[in-house]
Amino acid sequence: MNQMLEDLKKELKYEKTNSCVQCGYCLPVCPTYMTMGKETHSPRGRINLVKMVGEGRITDLSVLEEPMNLCLGCRACETACPTGVEYGTILEAARAAITRRKKFSFPVKTLRNTIFKKVFPSKSKLNLLTDGLWLYQKTGLQKVAQKTGITRALPFNLGQFEAITPTVTSPSERRNRFKRIPAKGEKKYTVAFFTGCIMDAMFQRINDLSIALLSHVGCEVLIVENETCCGALHAHSGEMDEAKVLAKKNIAAFEKEDVEFIINNAGGCGAMLHEYDHLLADEPEWHERAKEFVRKSKDISQILVACGGVPMNKELPGRVTYQRSCHLTNVQKVTKEPVQLIESIPGIDFIEMKDKDMCCGSAGIYNIVNYDASMEILDEKMKNVKDTHATTIITTNPGCLLQMKLGIEREKMGKEARALHLVEYLAEAAGIV
Amino acid sequence: MIDKQAIEDIKKIVKTGRVLTEESDRYSYSFDASFGTHLPDVVIQTQEVQELAELVRYANEYKIPVYPRGQSTSLSGGPLPVKGGMVFDLSVMDNILEVDDEDLVAIVSPGVLTSAIHAAAEKKGLMYPPDPSSSHVSTIGGNLAENSGGPRGLKYGVTKDYVIGLEVITPQGEIIKTGGRTVKNVTGYDLTKLIVGSEGTLGIITKAILRLIPKPPSSETVMAVFNSLVDSGRAISKVLSSGILPAKMELMDQASIVAVENYQPSNLPVDAEAIILIELDGHPAAVKEEAEQVAKVCREVGAREVIVPQTPQEKAEVWKARKLVSPAIVRIKPTKISEDATVPRSQIPEMCRRLQQIKEKYNIHLVVFGHAGDGNLHPNIIADKSDIEEMQRVEQAVAEIFQAAIELGGTLSGEHGIGTMKAPFMEMELGASGLDMMKRIKEAWDPNNIMNPGKIFAEPGQKLVLR
Repeated sequence: MNQMLEDLKKELKYEKTNSCVQCGYCLPVCPTYMTMGKETHSPRGRINLVKMVGEGRITDLSVLEEPMNLCLGCRACETACPTGVEYGTILEAARAAITRRKKFSFPVKTLRNTIFKKVFPSKSKLNLLTDGLWLYQKTGLQKVAQKTGITRALPFNLGQFEAITPTVTSPSERRNRFKRIPAKGEKKYTVAFFTGCIMDAMFQRINDLSIALLSHVGCEVLIVENETCCGALHAHSGEMDEAKVLAKKNIAAFEKEDVEFIINNAGGCGAMLHEYDHLLADEPEWHERAKEFVRKSKDISQILVACGGVPMNKELPGRVTYQRSCHLTNVQKVTKEPVQLIESIPGIDFIEMKDKDMCCGSAGIYNIVNYDASMEILDEKMKNVKDTHATTIITTNPGCLLQMKLGIEREKMGKEARALHLVEYLAEAAGIV
Repeated sequence: MIDKQAIEDIKKIVKTGRVLTEESDRYSYSFDASFGTHLPDVVIQTQEVQELAELVRYANEYKIPVYPRGQSTSLSGGPLPVKGGMVFDLSVMDNILEVDDEDLVAIVSPGVLTSAIHAAAEKKGLMYPPDPSSSHVSTIGGNLAENSGGPRGLKYGVTKDYVIGLEVITPQGEIIKTGGRTVKNVTGYDLTKLIVGSEGTLGIITKAILRLIPKPPSSETVMAVFNSLVDSGRAISKVLSSGILPAKMELMDQASIVAVENYQPSNLPVDAEAIILIELDGHPAAVKEEAEQVAKVCREVGAREVIVPQTPQEKAEVWKARKLVSPAIVRIKPTKISEDATVPRSQIPEMCRRLQQIKEKYNIHLVVFGHAGDGNLHPNIIADKSDIEEMQRVEQAVAEIFQAAIELGGTLSGEHGIGTMKAPFMEMELGASGLDMMKRIKEAWDPNNIMNPGKIFAEPGQKLVLR
């Protein structure tokens, strides 16, 4: 029995919970504590529940399931924590332990396997899915579906998301990207661009603009072969083994190219890449390689600033606010550069919203699997957005971008407001289209 | 343990709020920022005072323990439900916050954050002075129950000095009002002051009237570096007897300076034994002159360096170093025992000396940083909870710190409260008769002992346990 508890402690990374002194400094920054209003859905509360399991007071792990599932994983608590508790590690260990013991029904298991092991890691499968989406949008089927109300009947409230799905580029455009894009003018850095899976499938235009911007500021940009999904969605869902497999594939793929930086434009993916060394800490043959990968991995805003900013020639009308990517802020700790870039736009009317660091409720696929909880958080966010009277909401992560579009849709602000990725806005101001 | 019928009855009483009974919820209300896990039977969240009063009447009838709680930042065990029963999560009562700039008062419900009161007062050019360092998390209800203070206590006093009226649910479930909206009020016993700091053992505060003062227009900071900790203690005494009353006087000893430098290099002199940080507030011309005078006094006592930061950024930089102490020291070892034994100002140098002795005697990691100006030194012990032998030494050291403070004419607690942590030491400070008078008050108010039982008064044989 004692040995079992010791094993469970290890599995849960119990020793990490000891650095929580339960001061409660994480409470004011936790979106779910704010909307759900109880300690059970606070970082301190969740860490305590893990402690209780580790100490044998709670014997049924399923007691943890709801509190852990309803956590956004935004990790704002880590930024607020005065004692440096590794909340993300504790959360992921708890989720993995729950997932391991959970008996999924056959259809759910099959779906999880398909999504996590087949779709996200495969460029070709994602491409196929996106082809379908492209057809759906181009053939007028979308309009028919929307008009007939079929979309409202989709499960998981997917109908809500259908309306905000970005217009995707055509299959041929997506498959015919150059592998090496030269720097405009004098070359400052050679970089690899991490295209991402969802990002590349759904937001290829933003990826293309990112590459154009990088080239514009003096980077030679490489697209690496055999790149795969970053593994973030796997890690957040307790599928740690699969996340490790993907991390190794990416490390190996990017090692092949001689580049100074590996650039991404998605806060969530970037955060995952940023922590490959933690993920592979127990694997000596990979740990050093992971560290080197992490050292090179940067958000696009960092490299744009490092290259001296983006030369811009266009004044853009309207007021702008910035909804931060939690994982860019709290995991990658990139906070200054995006603001610096926004403020460098000539004649910009930039205003910060209240609780600017608070999560929007997107959080990977949280808004799909925990729709109601996510919408409560989004509604809080939109109140603060509205107060700014901004007409453009800038984001730094695809999930946040979709969520902001959804927020605009919910608030019926479609006529006066739009949500953009930082890259799109910068490209607009720099005259790159 | 209360039965199913009681839970059903409670659910009937709570019409507007929530009654939490799930295992995950009960465990989430079983702790505070001190030590120990105590599982409540049920957690209640409601904004309705009438519902709370009815629950207390019910609890009094069936002798069920009632534990009022804010956001559980307590360092003394104040809100811990040590005997099970009901926890009232009063943090949900954050609906009233009115600032009246004619009467110079704020009317607040208990779940309002202390920092929200600060902000609301400042909007009208006023100030609510008590500033516990957890004010962005702590509720005013918790501050009132524990009579909290902070750095500004030196000049402005603590929570009790700013409370002039309360609404309280008695242990019999009656709703009473004490005091009022006037600064002067001598009608009968001062129940307001009795309730403030009674740690929820006499009733539940459901509303408070707080006194506000005009916000000082300007402030200056002085930082002085000392080669000797005892000299820094002397500097503190000397400044305070020179006709100047700073708003804050904070001390960092060598262990805390080194910890900060190791954690986040801030250009602090690691070979110095102490740094004191002084903030002066008031009229711009006055604080400028006072800052110069303070600097002069520090030099005379033997400060090796005195810095008066000029720009707001420089000032912020200096105070940031002080703020980094807490996070820095827990990097050494994870368990932090924060004490708040307090001594008269004249005894600060002697207390510093005794603390060094205790540190060596028990071979513990002891860091001193705190509100030195008011004698509230905050010795912090850094340990590892999983090391039982070390924790035993820590328990002995804590007992000896209390003893030293009392021998020097001081007190067990300057601002954290007694709770469970310091209950075993009460008689040492108060004497048997003094403690008995307090017990008699408790018995008269709450004959069934339902209000926050297990706090302030130790059970026979109760000892400090940090394991």
